[in-house]
Amino acid sequence: MSLKSPLGRVLGLGSAGTGTEHWLGQRLSAVAMVPLTVWFALSLLGLPALDFYAVTAWVAAPLHAILLVLLVMALVYHSSLGTQVVVEDYIRSSGPRAVVLALLRLVHIALAVAGILAVFLIATRAPL
Amino acid sequence: MSPVSRPLSPHLQVYRWQISNTLSILHRLTGVALSIGAIALVSWLLALASGQGSYAQFSWIFTSLAGQLFLIGWTFCFFYHLCNGLRHLAWDAGYGFDKSVARRTGIAVVTAASLLTLIFWVLALARVAE
Repeated sequence: MSLKSPLGRVLGLGSAGTGTEHWLGQRLSAVAMVPLTVWFALSLLGLPALDFYAVTAWVAAPLHAILLVLLVMALVYHSSLGTQVVVEDYIRSSGPRAVVLALLRLVHIALAVAGILAVFLIATRAPL
Repeated sequence: MSPVSRPLSPHLQVYRWQISNTLSILHRLTGVALSIGAIALVSWLLALASGQGSYAQFSWIFTSLAGQLFLIGWTFCFFYHLCNGLRHLAWDAGYGFDKSVARRTGIAVVTAASLLTLIFWVLALARVAE
């Protein structure tokens, strides 16, 4: 028999006390991506061709470059939050879980940096 | 504190399979697929930034049959995740929880995603054929 009080037995077993930020971030990035992804899909359909010059000229337009950077940011952030939950749900032992979560985060940071830098490089290279 | 052996959820084996849980699982699966798609998207931008040679190589991969199949798969994942995401946002705002409504919006989401994928690729291939 435990000598702990009933209150002592349940304290600390509840919610982690965090999570609202994660929840909100997931939804805000989702809402941001509704217009951004639809714009992206329609733009791809509307491009005269998908060759090097046509796509470069399209990306290099300032408004397109800005929207693409916003899309990359929202997408990578949303992906980071989403895959984090998947890992937390399915990897139970804390050691491997921490390692995979750290790797996931690093991959997402790398993706964001690469995507944003790529748009910058394309935009500053034009006009060809 | 010693770990307490608590019952784990979800109890996949005791519940009847139905549209709501199928679509929920599909939302997560398409989300993971789209995360991999994000790598492809960034690679596309990187190839474009790296110059004509690398862009040609990248285009070659995704104009191959396997590449096209991947793109079609990602298109469906995108439209499904988008439509079902809007359904989730409506739930977050408190709408559409009735069992019959949730069922109908679920069917609507799958239908919309399939149609949008079809329309997108018909338009895309029509442009190539021009």
